[in-house]
Amino acid sequence: MTDTAGNPAEAASVSRVFQQLVERIRLRRSATGIGDAGWGRTLFAAIVSIIYFFPVFWIILTSFKTYEDALAVPAKFFFTPTLDNFAHVFSRAYSAGGPIQNTGFALYFFNSLFISGVSVFLALAIGTIAAFGFSRYPLKGNDTYLFIILTTRMLPAIVVIIPIFIMFRVAGLAGTYAGIIALYTAFNLPFAIWMMKSFFDELALDVEDAARIDGSSDVRVFFKICLPQVLAGLAATAVFGLILTWNEFLFALLLSGVETRTVPVAMSQTIGGDIGVRWGLLAAIETLFLIPVIVVTFALQNQLLRGVTFGTIKR
Amino acid sequence: MSTIELRGVTKHFGAFTAVKDLSLSVSAGEVVCLLGPSGCGKTTTLRIVAGLERASGGDVVIAGKRMNDLRPDQRNIAMVFQFYALYPALTVRENIMFPLHVERLNAQTASGRVGRVARMLQLETVLERLPSQISEGEKQRVAVARAVVRDPNCFLFDEPLSRLDVELRRTMRSDIKTVLRGLSKATVIVTHDQLEALTMADRIAIMRDGVIEQIDSAHEVFAKPATAFVASFIGTPQMNLLQAQFEGVKDGHARFTIDGQPIRLPVDPAVARLAKGQVTIGIRPRALVLDEAASADSIAGKAELIEPMGAETLVHARTPFGSDIRVVVPREIRVRAGDALRLRTEARETHVFDFSGRAVRT
Repeated sequence: MTDTAGNPAEAASVSRVFQQLVERIRLRRSATGIGDAGWGRTLFAAIVSIIYFFPVFWIILTSFKTYEDALAVPAKFFFTPTLDNFAHVFSRAYSAGGPIQNTGFALYFFNSLFISGVSVFLALAIGTIAAFGFSRYPLKGNDTYLFIILTTRMLPAIVVIIPIFIMFRVAGLAGTYAGIIALYTAFNLPFAIWMMKSFFDELALDVEDAARIDGSSDVRVFFKICLPQVLAGLAATAVFGLILTWNEFLFALLLSGVETRTVPVAMSQTIGGDIGVRWGLLAAIETLFLIPVIVVTFALQNQLLRGVTFGTIKR
Repeated sequence: MSTIELRGVTKHFGAFTAVKDLSLSVSAGEVVCLLGPSGCGKTTTLRIVAGLERASGGDVVIAGKRMNDLRPDQRNIAMVFQFYALYPALTVRENIMFPLHVERLNAQTASGRVGRVARMLQLETVLERLPSQISEGEKQRVAVARAVVRDPNCFLFDEPLSRLDVELRRTMRSDIKTVLRGLSKATVIVTHDQLEALTMADRIAIMRDGVIEQIDSAHEVFAKPATAFVASFIGTPQMNLLQAQFEGVKDGHARFTIDGQPIRLPVDPAVARLAKGQVTIGIRPRALVLDEAASADSIAGKAELIEPMGAETLVHARTPFGSDIRVVVPREIRVRAGDALRLRTEARETHVFDFSGRAVRT
């Protein structure tokens, strides 16, 4: 009797301690509204992120597979990895037993980097100055101008492609770096102007007034005072612009030439061939294609976080 | 010579007139405070001096030169902003050094100057930090340091202490005063805090609705307020202002009626020249003393609310004519709510303002 009488009391005290613990956690949560998520929520978040990441993960996995492994049913998670696909991106035989040829992908990767890099840089340079103008020296009917700038982005690309194609033909810009860079710059500009204007609008005007009183010209105020304050905004705008340009396919397909072809276009032309779609090869191209975006996003990560949350914390 | 002179300066914002025909002159080494409630035009006036706003009319003369059409960067002035306006992306050292680029000093001279100012304002330990990494009091000192590092024509301060807590405010007040004394520049300080104005300024300009109501020393604006508005704005607790009907003067005592109640008060002799009619009587809470017995020239009242303030006690008394009168009594005098009080005052402690609000005084 004494033994069994002791156990329920012990059990009761354990459950009391447990209840107190639960209560304390609940109190801590409700008091501040902030608390570390529990294991359940973390697990749920992990599942969701795995679902999100899975296609990318599968592409990376496939890029290390042989032709047979890539097509295996049921799909293989464990296999002997090969780097052949990556080598084949740059040079391979186009038909079984044929000569090994340069695929030109080195050039296409350069084109993609060069074209998106230059056009995003130009869009940022022009857009930032324009945004500063719209923010600090508003025109009469300022909002109308801003609206007009945005109208070019209101139509699906496919609607405007024919007139643009004809314009490029007439102007002799089709197939040239200048042409495609100009087009992408124009594409990124409205976005850059709107983004950067909102960042400039958030800045405290007192600071600029102070700089003027301290003997600065408008140009010096812009470069020394305003620009350093919107670096986060520049980073965010640059990343969004880069991703947009990097992945652009339709205009690149119609307006780039053999020498100025970008990776998305070249990738699409890799599909096909006499032995069917070479999934491993395609996945290898895509994996390589992902690297610059990931590198840039990681490099600008801190700025990016500040950029997208800009203005949410007031002085 | 470091002077500021405003001649008939006017500023319109659309239909609204922020500053009306304002004239003010500040001599070298003099500190003038623009004091007034928010929206009275004091900050606009300061921004006109700085060149951040263009005057709609009148002249801005700084250091003897008309500067209406010059940009802020051409005026060679230093200003401390209400929110400090430190350059967020620059370190404290770079912030202080920023104005020096105008003078095109070599690096050694410039950093020498920064060092001297930083020492003066105890900022040496935070020179390499960013403005976001220093305390509110340090930010304030950086803003002052950035202003005094140059040798400008004049200094402008916009609500310099409004963001500091009471303790810091007290020390910064004397710090700024000390710094300014050593520079002998014309200085204009904008504030809505009368204590700031009374302690820091050589002269105080009290503004309302874009007009300077009175400009005088701290002593004068307190002792001889030119208008009922100035009287109510300067001094804590606020001066008692009673609407009354003036009936005439006899034996140095003026007779008034307030809400039908006759009352006799000792007043300034000039009041005798006043015609009968509506006036405002002003009596400071500290100018009233409690009388033991009722007399013809004391005001009856009943204590309603007692607010101990430490050394003194503030008593709100209700008079038979319904007004609330504030009286400050020494701590030793115990007053309880409901007590009947007799309030007496001296002749030089009453202020009479005519129907337009102007003081009637010899």
